[in-house]
Amino acid sequence: MRHTLAVLVENKYGVLARVSGLFSRRGFNIDSLAVGITEDPTISRMTIIVSGDDHVLEQVMKQLNKLIDVIRVIDLSSEEFVERELALIKVNADANNRAEIIQIVDIFRARIIDVASKSVTIEVTGDIEKIKAIQTLLKPFGIKEMARTGIVALKRGSKSL
Amino acid sequence: MAGKAERMTGARAFVECLYRENVEIIFGYPGGVLLPIYDELYDAHLYHLLVRHEQAAVHAAEGYARATGKVGVCLATSGPGATNLVTGIANAYMDSVPMVAFTGQVPSSMLGNDAFQEADITGITMPITKHNYLVQDVKDLPRIIKEAFHIASTGRPGPVLVDIPKDITTDELDFVYPDTVELRGYKPTFKGNVQQIKRAASVLKGSKRPVIYAGGGVIGSEASKELLAFAEKIKAPVTTTLTGIGGFPNDNELYLGMPGMHGTKYANYAIQESDVLIAVGVRFDDRVIGKATSFAPNAKVIHIDIDPAEISKIIKVDVPIVGDAKHILASLIDHVSECNTKDWLDKIATWKRDFPLFYVNRDDVIKPQYILEQINEVCPDAIIVTEVGQHQMWAAQYFKYKEPRTFISSGGLGTMGYGFPAAIGAKLGRPDKIVVDVSGDGSFQMNSQEMATIVQNNIPIIIAIFNNGYLGMVRQWQALFFEHRYSHTTIENSVDFVKLAEAYGAMGIRVTKPSEVKAAIEKAVEANGPVLIDFIIEREENVSPMVPAGAAINEILDLEDIQ
Ligand SMILES: Cc1ncc(C[n+]2csc(CCOP(=O)(O)OP(=O)(O)O)c2C)c(N)n1
Ligand SMILES: [Mg+2]
Repeated sequence: MRHTLAVLVENKYGVLARVSGLFSRRGFNIDSLAVGITEDPTISRMTIIVSGDDHVLEQVMKQLNKLIDVIRVIDLSSEEFVERELALIKVNADANNRAEIIQIVDIFRARIIDVASKSVTIEVTGDIEKIKAIQTLLKPFGIKEMARTGIVALKRGSKSL
Repeated sequence: MAGKAERMTGARAFVECLYRENVEIIFGYPGGVLLPIYDELYDAHLYHLLVRHEQAAVHAAEGYARATGKVGVCLATSGPGATNLVTGIANAYMDSVPMVAFTGQVPSSMLGNDAFQEADITGITMPITKHNYLVQDVKDLPRIIKEAFHIASTGRPGPVLVDIPKDITTDELDFVYPDTVELRGYKPTFKGNVQQIKRAASVLKGSKRPVIYAGGGVIGSEASKELLAFAEKIKAPVTTTLTGIGGFPNDNELYLGMPGMHGTKYANYAIQESDVLIAVGVRFDDRVIGKATSFAPNAKVIHIDIDPAEISKIIKVDVPIVGDAKHILASLIDHVSECNTKDWLDKIATWKRDFPLFYVNRDDVIKPQYILEQINEVCPDAIIVTEVGQHQMWAAQYFKYKEPRTFISSGGLGTMGYGFPAAIGAKLGRPDKIVVDVSGDGSFQMNSQEMATIVQNNIPIIIAIFNNGYLGMVRQWQALFFEHRYSHTTIENSVDFVKLAEAYGAMGIRVTKPSEVKAAIEKAVEANGPVLIDFIIEREENVSPMVPAGAAINEILDLEDIQ
């Protein structure tokens, strides 16, 4: 089962190490991790995607809560939520296939943000499935490089954490 | 009170903070980066005990904490001083003992440069501390120290490390000690949920075979009075884990002794046949529960613990109650009435009669169990501190503990070399008590250098070495599970312990005959100084009974018969 955890933490040195250490010590693999500052500059928000057994997840959440620098832990997957990730993909492109690539980019409502003689760099935003889909379609052209931000997520509706 | 802020250095502020936390003793060892702090300690109004190895400082701080209930404090220099604390910090973490460990660090400007005696001690201790700090600005020092003591001593207690770079100790600040702590990520639950307490009471209502399984949390929360009142009210038998020993009076007829691997048969049988298991301040350690899937198979489990992460970690719990054990037991008492346990207690009495703890005494060779009975005779109110091994288990089984904080032993980590320094801390915390370090010939050699500390400071501790010439506990497993192939467990003739004691200026007594055991203990008590007794014991005595690792706790071997 895949879980999307939102973890509010003190914006201090060492917090990322504390949190990631908790996972690795339990042999629990992190699929995606994104960290950034929130509307309150003293608080950072981590979005952590993990897949695993519910019992292990419950332990991880409790252990996270035990960390002094962790303010709140929420499993967003237990409710309605929206999630997005941004990926930058550098694809081989020349005069022959550029049009085809642009078509794919348009369908995915992605953008080309850099063009060179032998490549284009694409910016795409979406959930995991969308990024996977565009990646599959671009693969035949030859993906030279790819960087992803990791997923960030918020609860749906007007309520906040 | 917002008094006038006084200008001072970080080193001076460090000492001021310790005063504000009512620290009366600190266990430490100096080094380069600590010079400014040690200069302040030179005429500070607190007792600093100079040990001979930092590992002893941290274990002594833990022994002090366990004997008194206060926060233990130790101090070590950067690099090797700090890394020498690691075992003791891990020990305190496993057994949930309140402690603040201070380490010196290289100057902030040199951090990360592999400077002389630099070690990333906050990184190293991250998984074995409740929390840790690297002080980055001298202005933060008072707040950090205040938080460290608060975190160490509240909720589930544990060690907190504060790493102080050298420049912080010489920088100046306007010193104000905060009155309160603001930690939005740390709000331990203290009061138990009333609904859960009522649910527990209703589960107990129809119980005919309840068992209370109590651990270190009872000692930590000072809940032993409430535990006794609760057990007597519902008429339920009580078993205490290694770290819970002393939490229930051992002479009470409801007492079952210790459960688990070297527990009494009747404690294990009672757990296995219980219909309700009331677990209080315990964490279902594998040395207690054996095979998890066969543990207490018919019991509904009520679990009272301060740490939500312990609930259903190992065993599925039916009624969790998160909070302070003392508080929860006190309110649970008001919701329960006596259970109909007459038949159950009769059955337990039969088990106690049929399967007692026993050993076969002899008059030509000293049996280790006999020594403990004699210590019990001579000084029944002593604090018993142990090392790790067979002697530790005998100390858990054969001494009659009446009060909390009279049995101090390394439970979760099982650290050889723990007992002697922990005994030093215990004695300094409870100078009114006789303190005995029940030691093994192997374990003692892991921190024997502290003889110098107790002699120099005239700290009266009785070190009782159970000398079998073996790393006995490992030898026992080799005998049972590896065809008596004693691979690297023979340590006979290591050293003449009596001469060793004398070389340090302590009294040394060798005892080879059972008839001399009692007199030797009496002599040691009378001496009221550092004394080492070298008891030459039956070499291949086994700890019995024994549940092999991974077996269900009612699959018990009687090793006394095998011999
Ligand atoms: C630091 C450390 N190293 C190794 C062990 C493994 N170990 C457990 S008991 C034991 C033997 C202890 O020997 P001794 O102190 O003589 O006690 P005895 O069992 O003979 O009573 C050993 C090696 C340990 N618990 N701690
Ligand atoms: Mg031995």
